[in-house]
Amino acid sequence: MTDTLPGVAVPDPLDEAAVTAAVERALEEISGAPTLDELKAVRIAHTGEKSPLALANRAIGSLGKESKAAAGKIVGSARGRVNQAIAARAEVLEVENDARILVEETVDVTAAPRRRRAGARHPLSTLQDRVCEIFVGMGWEIAEGPEVESEWFNFDALNFKPDHPAREMQDTFFVEPVERHVLMRTHTSPVQVRSMLEREVPIYVLCPGKVFRTDELDATHTPVFHQFEGLAIDKGLSMADLRGTLEHFARQMFGQEAQIRLRPNFFPFTEPSAELDIWHPGAKGGPRWIEWGGCGMVNPNVLRAAGIDPDVYSGFAFGMGIERTLMFRNDVVDMRDMIEGDLRFSEHFGMEI
Amino acid sequence: MRIPLSWLREYTQLPAGATAEDVMADLVAVGLEEEAVHRPADSIKGPVVVGQVLSLVKEPQSNGKTINWCQVRVVPEGHEQTLTGKGIDPSGVQGIVCGAHNFVEGDKVVVTLPGATLPGDFHIAARKTYGHVSAGMIASARELGVGEDHDGIIVLSRLGLDPEIGTDALELLGLTDEAAEINVTPDRSYCFSIRGIAREFAHATGTVFEDPATQVKVPEKLDGGFDVVLDDRAPVYGVPGCDRFVARTVRGIDPTRPTPQWMVSRLRLAGMRSVSLPVDISNYVMFELGQPTHCYDLDKLEGPITVRRAEDGEKIETLDGKIRDLDPEDLLIADAAGPIGIAGVMGGASTECSGSTVNVLVEAAHFDTVTVGRSRRRHKLPSEASKRFERGVDWQVADEAAQRVVDLLVELGGGVADETGTDVGTEPQPVTIVLPEEFASERIGMEFSEELIARTLGDLGAQVKRRGSDFLVTPPSWRNDLETKEDLSEEIARLVGYDKIPSRLPVAPPGRGFTRTQQQRRRLVQALADAGLTEVLAYPFVTKAANETFGVAEAGAPRPAVKLANPLSEEFGWLRTSVLPGLIDVAKRNHSRGFRDLALFETGLVFLPEGGEIGTATIPPLGALPSDEVLDALDAGLPRQPLHLGAIMTGHDSPAAAQHTPRAWDWADAIDVARLAGDLLGVDLVVTQGSHQAFHPGRTAQLALRSGEVVGFAGELHPKLLAAHDMPARSVAVELDADALFDASPDVVVAKHISTFPVATQDVALIVDAAIPADDVKDALREGAGELLEEVHLFDVYVGRGIEDGRKSLAFGLRFRAPDRTLTSDEASEARAAAVALAAERFGAVQR
Repeated sequence: MTDTLPGVAVPDPLDEAAVTAAVERALEEISGAPTLDELKAVRIAHTGEKSPLALANRAIGSLGKESKAAAGKIVGSARGRVNQAIAARAEVLEVENDARILVEETVDVTAAPRRRRAGARHPLSTLQDRVCEIFVGMGWEIAEGPEVESEWFNFDALNFKPDHPAREMQDTFFVEPVERHVLMRTHTSPVQVRSMLEREVPIYVLCPGKVFRTDELDATHTPVFHQFEGLAIDKGLSMADLRGTLEHFARQMFGQEAQIRLRPNFFPFTEPSAELDIWHPGAKGGPRWIEWGGCGMVNPNVLRAAGIDPDVYSGFAFGMGIERTLMFRNDVVDMRDMIEGDLRFSEHFGMEI
Repeated sequence: MRIPLSWLREYTQLPAGATAEDVMADLVAVGLEEEAVHRPADSIKGPVVVGQVLSLVKEPQSNGKTINWCQVRVVPEGHEQTLTGKGIDPSGVQGIVCGAHNFVEGDKVVVTLPGATLPGDFHIAARKTYGHVSAGMIASARELGVGEDHDGIIVLSRLGLDPEIGTDALELLGLTDEAAEINVTPDRSYCFSIRGIAREFAHATGTVFEDPATQVKVPEKLDGGFDVVLDDRAPVYGVPGCDRFVARTVRGIDPTRPTPQWMVSRLRLAGMRSVSLPVDISNYVMFELGQPTHCYDLDKLEGPITVRRAEDGEKIETLDGKIRDLDPEDLLIADAAGPIGIAGVMGGASTECSGSTVNVLVEAAHFDTVTVGRSRRRHKLPSEASKRFERGVDWQVADEAAQRVVDLLVELGGGVADETGTDVGTEPQPVTIVLPEEFASERIGMEFSEELIARTLGDLGAQVKRRGSDFLVTPPSWRNDLETKEDLSEEIARLVGYDKIPSRLPVAPPGRGFTRTQQQRRRLVQALADAGLTEVLAYPFVTKAANETFGVAEAGAPRPAVKLANPLSEEFGWLRTSVLPGLIDVAKRNHSRGFRDLALFETGLVFLPEGGEIGTATIPPLGALPSDEVLDALDAGLPRQPLHLGAIMTGHDSPAAAQHTPRAWDWADAIDVARLAGDLLGVDLVVTQGSHQAFHPGRTAQLALRSGEVVGFAGELHPKLLAAHDMPARSVAVELDADALFDASPDVVVAKHISTFPVATQDVALIVDAAIPADDVKDALREGAGELLEEVHLFDVYVGRGIEDGRKSLAFGLRFRAPDRTLTSDEASEARAAAVALAAERFGAVQR
């Protein structure tokens, strides 16, 4: 242990030049201190109890009365300069240090882990919701019904004559025992009949849901699929109203450029009946008409079955497949992708279609 | 229905060069949808010509076969070969190796020359074979796609043909014709004929139409022919099974005469195979006029024909060689020996025309749609004839069709027609439809002039009269689908063109928006997806075993389920009573495709028959409102169909990543999904230790409403079940009756009044028997603590050092607060002590 820093002489408190030399040496070391830790060492060396200036200060006590004031002034101001310089340097180093820490804490944000699993809606279900929202926006209501249904609601109430071949067009799953007239609905039309029975005219309802036909699953068929059917019953409705409604809907669904086309067709529950085509500008292989669904003016026998007087009210109805809509709207090529529940299919859509 | 264009051209003016696509584009406007194009020329390219075999040398081969080395002349003698190209011999004689042996020198055959292409993308070229250069091929019917016969090559003389050498054989065999195939809707049976299509084509294009039926010369009156008696004693719906039967006799037909090639070719394009001349003529006339006819071998008939219903126990051997048991509702054509045909469906074997038939009785009858349809279904015998009869055939055309068959048998078969004939039956009353003049305009939404209405209906073949402001319309005999004024409005709109219908958007009255349940369902589905689960839509078809495992909590408990009468697969012949089997299938599929971390959910209906017989014995008729009782009975016959929510999780809760350790899904996650649903709907789900055969016996939560109604189960699936399904161990699942939750959801949530006084928190650790549910202890604490307790939660469960075997330590945090004052620490401690005391009393809980 030495009393002073090695090689550093304690200045005479009255020797201003010596004191200044000590101060300058201190200032030089302070400004040269690269880190807060080193600044701390410098501070101890130049302001600590055993620093030259502290010792010089202590030496003032042994001076004569007449010299004390002068020495005190010299040493006091010297210590003040050193302390000030340390504080200033500390501030600079602290700012630098803070900045360095933040830089050192840099992460690769592109490597952020996904901690939360991303869920997904089934696109058929999202699309069905979207369709419903468009009609609810038009003031229509959404109606639902059972999937296992009485044959009367599925066929007879819809004017399918008991022995007419049209009944076989829709390959039907029957429930055992067959003679009890229960089946899996082949279309959502029974919900139209239920709506007419439950509601007062005027009626504007959309009936979405699952339907069932005895088709084996392949790229273009599935025994279980989804439809939405619309039904409007009011005074004075005509095919022009049907066309207007379908056009409006098509534009909501596919944009203002969407066009529709009606072609004559046959359905037992509508007369006149029409096939509905939609113009698909983005179709693979060039723009073309795509078959979208069926529609027509509600057959008077259907109104009668629901207790509505066909001489007073008329109505129109239409129906489209949701799978089919998704296929041509979103370029789904294989029906099986919609059925199998492969994660990649739904997750690609996420919450949107 | 396939329409050979050459045939259509006979009755309309089809522009030269018109293709099948052109015809379909015109027909679609009047409602005949395009299906397909049948164009042999798409798969067969010339040169394919008529050749004559000049010489034929049989050359036995080492492989045991004998081939014929033939010289075939393909250009008439004295003419030059105009074709050029590799393998074409300029001499006009081709050397060809042929393996068939059904021809001799001098026969005219079909030669496919080098450069030709046959169906199956089979390119013909000169090639070395059996020591010769074979420059072409002598074709069989199958190679040309004109028949099934491939045992030998086509010998043209046997087809009744003797064309000049070098003639284009594609033209000769009708391979340059083409057919448009259209889809005929079930109401328009008349379009199952060239006659009907030609008429529609004229409607669509405005071209002329010549009715083929009027081009047949029919005697004024037919009598004195074969005896036929119509004796239907059990008409269906009061409609006689047969209301017209025309019979004609042709004798002395030459059974060796082949069907002419033009007829074979049209039938082939129409989708019919050539069988024999009488059968081909019968089919040809059916396609042409829409009237099915039948030819009996007159010499095999015994005594008069009776048209009657079958008797009990009667049988028939049909043309296809099968013996069929007849039903008393089947309408039969019978002779003195018994049934000779199921009316409108299929003829009998005993009176079938054969290769030796010389005398023929021709039948052209009019059968009831329902009777034929039922027999066809009963015997599973769809035929071209039944297809037409069950949709409705023109009553008027029967005698013309019979005459056409007779004429063709005379012309092509060399037969002689009897002067006499038979025509029995009663013409049905024509319908007259009253069409108010404004009706069509109002229904279609556009103005139709009276003149236009009258003209359009007239074009259809209807008779149109006026009565005041109404039209009285009698539809033509071939339009059995026109019955109401609505039908006529469609005809007017159809012929004017649907594209002319204007557009008008009707305004619905103000609606209620989505119902509360609809909104809840939408939110529930979205919330589950937001929580990281993937929505799937599985089929509702399950096995019996799946229903018995998942559909009921207790093994062996009865689980009534709906069974399908005609499932796609017998194994999956039941409707689901639980959504879990479908979810497991989807999970397995994903797992097998390499996805180990899964969280799937489905919302869908399940089908729960509950007592009572399914369905109803009868259903009400169409076109009338049933009574409330009848409607109620229809509904009572349906199974209950609640919406279920199911979810299955396996693997980890998130993808593994740098700085992230995923957590394995466990039983608590399944319960959490249920809680999420409950929270979303404002329903407080009571979770208790449960038991369900599909779940792990110790890790099953029963989920109930506060009312006690059990609404589902959640937890870890049973390890044995998972192993049996090749599913990863520790997979978890939940199933809830979503409809029950919707019902339990409060209409109005009553506000809770919030105290702002300071909180006092205290913890307590209690030691209880390991079997005691934590939730029960918590309930006791809550009850014991009284009103000052604001909240209590379990924050630790400890088993191990310091705790006896068979016991566990439960640590609870208790939060006390008073509504009206600051609690003292004594008050809080007192409440805590009371809580502990009740837990001690109920469960022997000891403070740790």
